[in-house]
Amino acid sequence: MSFLNRNVSETQIRLKDRLWLYIFSILVLFLLIVPSLVVIPMSFSGSQYLEFPPKSFSLRWYEAYFFSSSDNGMGFNDWMGATWTSIKVAVLTIFVATPIGTMAAYGLSNSSARVRGILFPIMISPMAVPIILVAIGLFYFFVQFKMVNSITGLVLGHSLVAMPLVLIIVLSALRNYDMNQEKVARSLGASRLRAFFEITLPQIKFSIISACLISFLTSFDEVIISLFVSGGDNSTITRAMFLALRDQIDPTIAAISTVLIIISSGLLLLTQLFGDKKD
Amino acid sequence: MQSNALNISINDVTKTYGDFYALKDVSLEVKSGEFLTLLGPSGSGKTTLLMVLAGFTRPDYGSVKFGNEEVVTKPPHLRDIGMVFQNYALFPHMNVEQNIGYPQKLRGKSKSEVKESVAEALSIVKLDGLGHRGVAELSGGQKQRVALARAIVFKPQILLMDEPLSALDKKLREEMQIELRQLHDSLTMTTVYVTHDQKEALTMSDRIAVINDGELKQLGSPNEIYTNPNNAFIADFIGESSLLPAKVISNKTYLGASEIMISHPSKDDGDYLLVIRPEKLFLANGKEKDTNLFSGIVEGSIFQGESQLLVIKLDPGSFGEQSLRMRLPNGSNIGQKVPISGEKISVGLRKSDSFLVE
Ligand SMILES: Nc1ncnc2c1ncn2[C@@H]1O[C@H](COP(=O)(O)OP(=O)(O)OP(=O)(O)O)[C@@H](O)[C@H]1O
Ligand SMILES: [Mg+2]
Repeated sequence: MSFLNRNVSETQIRLKDRLWLYIFSILVLFLLIVPSLVVIPMSFSGSQYLEFPPKSFSLRWYEAYFFSSSDNGMGFNDWMGATWTSIKVAVLTIFVATPIGTMAAYGLSNSSARVRGILFPIMISPMAVPIILVAIGLFYFFVQFKMVNSITGLVLGHSLVAMPLVLIIVLSALRNYDMNQEKVARSLGASRLRAFFEITLPQIKFSIISACLISFLTSFDEVIISLFVSGGDNSTITRAMFLALRDQIDPTIAAISTVLIIISSGLLLLTQLFGDKKD
Repeated sequence: MQSNALNISINDVTKTYGDFYALKDVSLEVKSGEFLTLLGPSGSGKTTLLMVLAGFTRPDYGSVKFGNEEVVTKPPHLRDIGMVFQNYALFPHMNVEQNIGYPQKLRGKSKSEVKESVAEALSIVKLDGLGHRGVAELSGGQKQRVALARAIVFKPQILLMDEPLSALDKKLREEMQIELRQLHDSLTMTTVYVTHDQKEALTMSDRIAVINDGELKQLGSPNEIYTNPNNAFIADFIGESSLLPAKVISNKTYLGASEIMISHPSKDDGDYLLVIRPEKLFLANGKEKDTNLFSGIVEGSIFQGESQLLVIKLDPGSFGEQSLRMRLPNGSNIGQKVPISGEKISVGLRKSDSFLVE
């Protein structure tokens, strides 16, 4: 077991002195991940009910998901329809939250510390307020404008919670960016808008891409606002799953969850990749 | 120095931040084709004035004219001026060629025109062949040259520079001072240059505008400013000097108990400062005409390469408690022995080199 005496740090700590730390860390990571991963084996179960560990294996729940029919009598469109609604809303959220959040970040980083100190907390307040309050507020607000159960309402609601995240990501990118470059570009003959698009944007593009992915994920994973302001044919997949779980324990949920986990962690991985790139 | 570049008229420009005056009623005429330096200590308002010229700062009131055109409300990108910033601010997502070509691209020039002007600008700043380098692969001096090339590639009539050399080491800085000046002379441009380095200002400028606390204190050629500073701040800020308290009583000037001669007509009664440039002092033998003589004791004698610096404590009985600095060039005074610490000494200052400031 000589490898236990290998040095693992600059200060010549040996592997065996650090072993407890590594084991502890692995345990913590394991506990963080496992609850979400349990659904994966469950989704391949052949049984009528959710069970763990599964006694028999089949793909029937994937079949039930991908080839669902629309008269399920549960108050939402079929599973695939709900999935498409979610994707549509998430993509539209990107196009609303990212530009607004980016403009807000640009504005904040160009204003004085005092203005920033007042505006920043207001702009990120949707993150600080319990989301259920936001959802209730949106519901009553949308009722006035007949926007309940509409895609527009959903997109606006999701953009509200995604925008603060975009703001924070882009703001931190702009903090490392030298605004003098835009000044130079303007002195050389570029309008302010052109200077932003040709000089600033290319240098914060990886953060913007990260912000887009986060906007998508925020909307795609969101349940509470969806529960309040979406319904019928415009149900999102998360809302549909919630309703299905309430009425009956249907292992289709496990299959759907598995697909969602793959999509979400894939996007998260992408975000990491872009986040690591130096802007 | 006559050329057809635009002249700049600055009239009564005032800029406040809250109740703080960053610029106070500054009026200044920059002549066509002139190299004018804004010189002043940190926080004096030099950058603010330059930003007013560039269009990034709108003055509270006052007027700025390029030629006959009022430009105060004109946005920066329409002013057609070249500008070099202190930290260069090169665009890191573009290579050298793209950086320099950017203003030409903005002006809708064709590909071949851009290419041609970039090549010309590169050769003007002596960077031929580096066009394809990334910005991160350049030394500080090269970055500086790229920033300069980018500012002159579209042949602006006005070039603004804000402490462009301050990030370079001393030797390179001195080389670049001369190069920048030659560049200005070879192009048709009116240049406004900002520095807080008085030596740099003296080296490069046609005229110097000394700024302090947001006010224009003096405007003149380097020679005028150096030999005729009109107040104690400038005398102290530009070049080396010893400032000794002096009194004027009924047309006679006294330093301590001794009367001295001064170059200009006598001033009103009151307290003044006598300005003594260390290099204007010489070792006296008592026979010189029109010369003020100061006797004292050498307190320090320091070898500084090209010159020897002497700190002299004046005879308190005749001049009061004060000391002055004197600079003897090394090498030109062969045969003269260098005074050493503790030695009694008598030094002279010509009447024409003696003047008072408030
Ligand atoms: N946006 C601003 N808000 C408040 N005060 C400002 C602002 N910009 C400049 N000032 C103040 O105006 C004064 C002049 O600033 P300026 O940048 O012109 O100085 P400077 O002469 O260029 O100094 P340095 O040599 O240090 O660059 C300073 O006291 C500065 O604090
Ligand atoms: Mg400055």
